[in-house]
Amino acid sequence: MSTDTKPDIAIDRSVGDFRYDVDYEYDAGVGLSEKTIDYIADVKGDPDWIRRFRQDAFRKFKEMPMPTHWASPDLNNIVFENIRYYLSKGTQPKRSWDEVPEEMKLTFERLGIPEQERKFLAGVEAQFDSEAAYSNIKAAVGEQGVIFVGSTEGLHKHPEIFRKWFGKVIPTGDNKFSALNSAVFSGGSFIYVPPGVKVKHPLQAYFRINAESFGQFERTLIIADEGSEVMYMEGCTAPKFETSTLHSAVVELVALKGAKIQYVTVQNWSPNVFNLVTKRGLAHEEAEIKWIDCNIGSRLTMKYPGVVMKGRKARGEVISIALASDGQHQDTGAKMIHAADETTSNIVSKSISVGSGRATYRGLVHVPKHLKGCKNNTECDALLINAHSRTDTYPAITVRGQGNACQHEASVSQISEEQIFYMQQRGIPEGAAMSLAVNGFVNDLVQQFPMEYSVELKRLIDLEMEGSVG
Amino acid sequence: MSLSIQNLRANIGDREILKGLNLEVPKGEVHAIMGKNGSGKSTLAKVMAGHPSYEVTSGDVLLDGRSLLEMEPDECSRSGLFLAFQYPMEIPGVTIANFLRAALQARLPEGEEIDAVAYYKDLYAKMDALKIDRSFTSRSVNDGFSGGEKKRCEILQMAMLKPSYAVLDETDSGLDIDALKIVSEGVNALRGPDTGFLVITHYQRLLNYIVPDVVHVMVDGRIVLSGDKSLALKLEAEGYDWVEKEAAAAA
Repeated sequence: MSTDTKPDIAIDRSVGDFRYDVDYEYDAGVGLSEKTIDYIADVKGDPDWIRRFRQDAFRKFKEMPMPTHWASPDLNNIVFENIRYYLSKGTQPKRSWDEVPEEMKLTFERLGIPEQERKFLAGVEAQFDSEAAYSNIKAAVGEQGVIFVGSTEGLHKHPEIFRKWFGKVIPTGDNKFSALNSAVFSGGSFIYVPPGVKVKHPLQAYFRINAESFGQFERTLIIADEGSEVMYMEGCTAPKFETSTLHSAVVELVALKGAKIQYVTVQNWSPNVFNLVTKRGLAHEEAEIKWIDCNIGSRLTMKYPGVVMKGRKARGEVISIALASDGQHQDTGAKMIHAADETTSNIVSKSISVGSGRATYRGLVHVPKHLKGCKNNTECDALLINAHSRTDTYPAITVRGQGNACQHEASVSQISEEQIFYMQQRGIPEGAAMSLAVNGFVNDLVQQFPMEYSVELKRLIDLEMEGSVG
Repeated sequence: MSLSIQNLRANIGDREILKGLNLEVPKGEVHAIMGKNGSGKSTLAKVMAGHPSYEVTSGDVLLDGRSLLEMEPDECSRSGLFLAFQYPMEIPGVTIANFLRAALQARLPEGEEIDAVAYYKDLYAKMDALKIDRSFTSRSVNDGFSGGEKKRCEILQMAMLKPSYAVLDETDSGLDIDALKIVSEGVNALRGPDTGFLVITHYQRLLNYIVPDVVHVMVDGRIVLSGDKSLALKLEAEGYDWVEKEAAAAA
């Protein structure tokens, strides 16, 4: 009897796997040089300080080595010279879907974005390659003083807020890919929520890669002023190409005193995408930042959302689900930097490895010696579907000082043949049984997703698990 | 109409466990299989249900004339065979309500959705009858259940799935007398002309509550003796040695 009789599971990415031909008006060409940076700055009409910011970042990017001394050597397969760094049909997003160019509108309609907007969103930004094709906020939300625009519009129209926080949470040279993003960034959201304003419905951004051999480098900055609350959700897809595609975003969150930010991601990139994202939030006194992060697609994802708890009683949380299918590597985790007394952080990570898929958890928890009353809880659970599936855990926890507490639990489990047989004996086909077990494994985390996303997530898991079974 | 096992031989690895087993359970009857540990009782249950660890080398299992051996385990189930497990599996994160719903949904034609209101009404009625607290619907299948709760949950599943033949593998093991009564009442409530039962047990005790029409004795992978319910009492009083001797003499 084979020890691994479960059938291989094929990936069904039919949802996002389509593309339309687009005539781009602006194209930075293939490869990366000073000229590319200048081209992007010219097209976007960048102010001088941004142009200098880009040039400085580009220098840092060139100087910094690939982090392959700890990260996957697959990074060496990114050929920066073969990538296109900027493609757009103009830099101004439309406020109405009717004005959005037909092929972009069709794309987002197929992905269900306008429908979701009507149903439950307070605002939507839909980015197509380098620029947002559509960006709009519901009038009632805008009237409360909430700003929700693209990063370019943010830096042009709201420089007093933008410049104060831009690049402050994640410095340009934080890592090689944050430097790259800083050099060529385009798109992403700029959000400002005024003091005391609680945005009832989520704001959503959808990132779509349409072009082959393309790099998407959106830059998002969210500032929640004192006592305000906002939930931001992002989704992403791309068609499947033979060549590799690069997605390298930088997301900075600032929660001022008593503010709450929830940032939800459902990443379903096609399996040719390198997804290398830097996400970090700065939580001031009694503020709360929660990352809810779900990684299903991509070839290699490296993403460790972090919270720097800068003010007393600040809270940070990372809830993450990763599903690594055949040929995929989900290298994800969390960083919790305690920098004030009585700060608390919570990390719950669940990963599923299917076939030759590999899930890696990297967690950093840092509590320095001089702090008091800090708490961290870390739970990471891995589920292996096949005998050759792989998972690794690299926790780095430094908790010093008196009266600080840390709790760390980790588990690795497998769906057993006996469990599948039991479910099949009740009439449930093998693929559906696997899917049920996997959904069960992540069920407690999925409950924390907004309803519309938890339904989507369940559907994605069903697709992944049922693929070729049956 | 019957569950018919014909000259069944099955191995696990290189070891033959079932050695030409014959048994016929007509629909509407309750048959019991008794036998010592290691005689192959549980193997028989799993082989019938299509467990992937066993290899059938010859013979057949026919459910109303259709061979189960050609089918995947889920097809066997949907064809009408239910197996109440000796050790029910835990499925963390999957609630009983969702699990049973998925099982019933799998029996509907493509595109047809289960009627949620009718489903819950039926589920609650059956839970009440089995004295299972309604809060159990939101608990994960068998996760953290006591032995008795697991067995009651098996009977609940049987009642919901309405099989034409049910195999109960050591359903009495790990049950106290109160739980045994509840489980037995649950089984007896399903007895009728449309269902056949094969009750596998180690002890006669269960058969006081689920009274069988026929009792079979299994020794070393074969049925060696069959009789009425008094056979169970005789086994209880005298043990299995005499059966084994008779079987050896006959061979």
